[in-house]
Amino acid sequence: MFVFFCPHCGENREEEEFGYGGEAFIPRPATPETLNDDAWGDYLFMRKNPKGWHWEMWSHNTGCRKFFVVKRNTATNAIAGSWTLSDGRKAYDAEGGAT
Amino acid sequence: MRKDYSSWSLFTKGLRHNEGWDPAWRSAEPKPSYDVVIVGAGGHGLATAYYLAKEHGLRNIAVIEKGYLGGGNTARNTTIVRSNYLWDEAALLYEHALKLWEGLTEDLNFNVMFSQRGVFNLGHTLQDMRDIERRVNANNLNGIDALVLDAAEVKRRIPILNTAKTARYPVLGASFQPRGGIARHDAVAWGFARAASKCGVDIIENCEVTGMDIANGRIVGLETTRGPIKCERVGCVASGHSSVLARMAGIRMPIESHPLQAFVSESMKPVLDTVVMSNAVHGYASQSDKGELVIGAGIDHYTSYTQRGSPHIIEHTAAAIIELFPMFSRVRMNRQWGGIVDTTPDACPIISKTKIKGLYFNCGWGTGGFKATPGSGNVFAHTIAKDDPHPLNRAFDLARFSTGHLIDEHGAAGVAH
Repeated sequence: MFVFFCPHCGENREEEEFGYGGEAFIPRPATPETLNDDAWGDYLFMRKNPKGWHWEMWSHNTGCRKFFVVKRNTATNAIAGSWTLSDGRKAYDAEGGAT
Repeated sequence: MRKDYSSWSLFTKGLRHNEGWDPAWRSAEPKPSYDVVIVGAGGHGLATAYYLAKEHGLRNIAVIEKGYLGGGNTARNTTIVRSNYLWDEAALLYEHALKLWEGLTEDLNFNVMFSQRGVFNLGHTLQDMRDIERRVNANNLNGIDALVLDAAEVKRRIPILNTAKTARYPVLGASFQPRGGIARHDAVAWGFARAASKCGVDIIENCEVTGMDIANGRIVGLETTRGPIKCERVGCVASGHSSVLARMAGIRMPIESHPLQAFVSESMKPVLDTVVMSNAVHGYASQSDKGELVIGAGIDHYTSYTQRGSPHIIEHTAAAIIELFPMFSRVRMNRQWGGIVDTTPDACPIISKTKIKGLYFNCGWGTGGFKATPGSGNVFAHTIAKDDPHPLNRAFDLARFSTGHLIDEHGAAGVAH
């Protein structure tokens, strides 16, 4: 059972309150009509699925109902922190968009 | 050469206190080079090696495994075997596997304890029943045995099932596949290992792949924790770790690895002589030959490689099973575990060539790979040996995630995932 810090509510809450939103920061292509099938398929379906640090989205379903990002290690279940989407994006970019 | 098992060998070895049995398979040291290396010594990987040797005449084959043989999802599943899938592509693939299951014990000369005790998929709503009728009709058109049963018939066949009309989710009926059942999961790995080893396949445990040598778009070798191995072809059958291997070759996979938990109870006298699955109440149960109830349900929703999940999932699973079988409420649970399943967007596997020549992937079986073990190995061996997919796995190409020809089997996946 994970305990996540919701950056919107400012509280630690148990996992059952949250819903998983998958890999974070997958940008929707700006001009989808120009993409070929491989590029569109990559956007829709392909995932990093790393064994290690993973930037992912969670939504606080039974709380504020807002999305936020968590950096979690999929090999150890360690949690590095939670951020709002915009703050998380900055931290993610500062790492060079690492897995 | 290892001798075949027979009633005579059991009898004579029994007279000598069962001493003098040979090891079932040869533990090999890695050679510098192989024609084919299979990564992953689970059921699917060992089956692939066996069929490569048996049906395609290849001899210089290794199966390498980062842990121990059959210690991943082969040892962690709930052993259900069935083929009642909706779409033609999936139904034919799983039916191919089921037909191989029916002759597997004789073929391997190893008792895999395949017990065709039937599989029920319960319906709890009118929509469930419509979906069940559609799926049963589709199965029958594909020559797969399946029938629709009403609640009274389900109750007659499973007396301990709660079919009360006052239940929160009353049982309205079920689909039933008589040829479905369960098998002894460990025996499947051991049997394939023994049969493959007998054909000259090297089985190398404690040998983790750390890198792939690729030259001019072709695989030429593997880096492993036990040194480099040159090879012409590599088949990756690593379930939850498929994304990790694919990344070594610069390939992106439509896979997310999730924990899937299961548990078994203490041993009891026989109470449940079939397999019961419920998509709506969300759980499945059977009773092993040892008398343990074998219980499972849905995946943990987050990705993880830790082979453990969150306790509230177990609580939901137990609640579902008690909803179906109130008499199990006081059964004590013995063991609980998690495995890492490689889920795909359409709940169907990927058995495919890749953009790297000589590199093949068999993955994405998600929550239901055990039932396909012999069929998966059989068609994957064909794919590797001929460098061309078998007609049964042509549709399960990695390219379907570009073409959009997904095979949506979420409805037939037994429980929602």
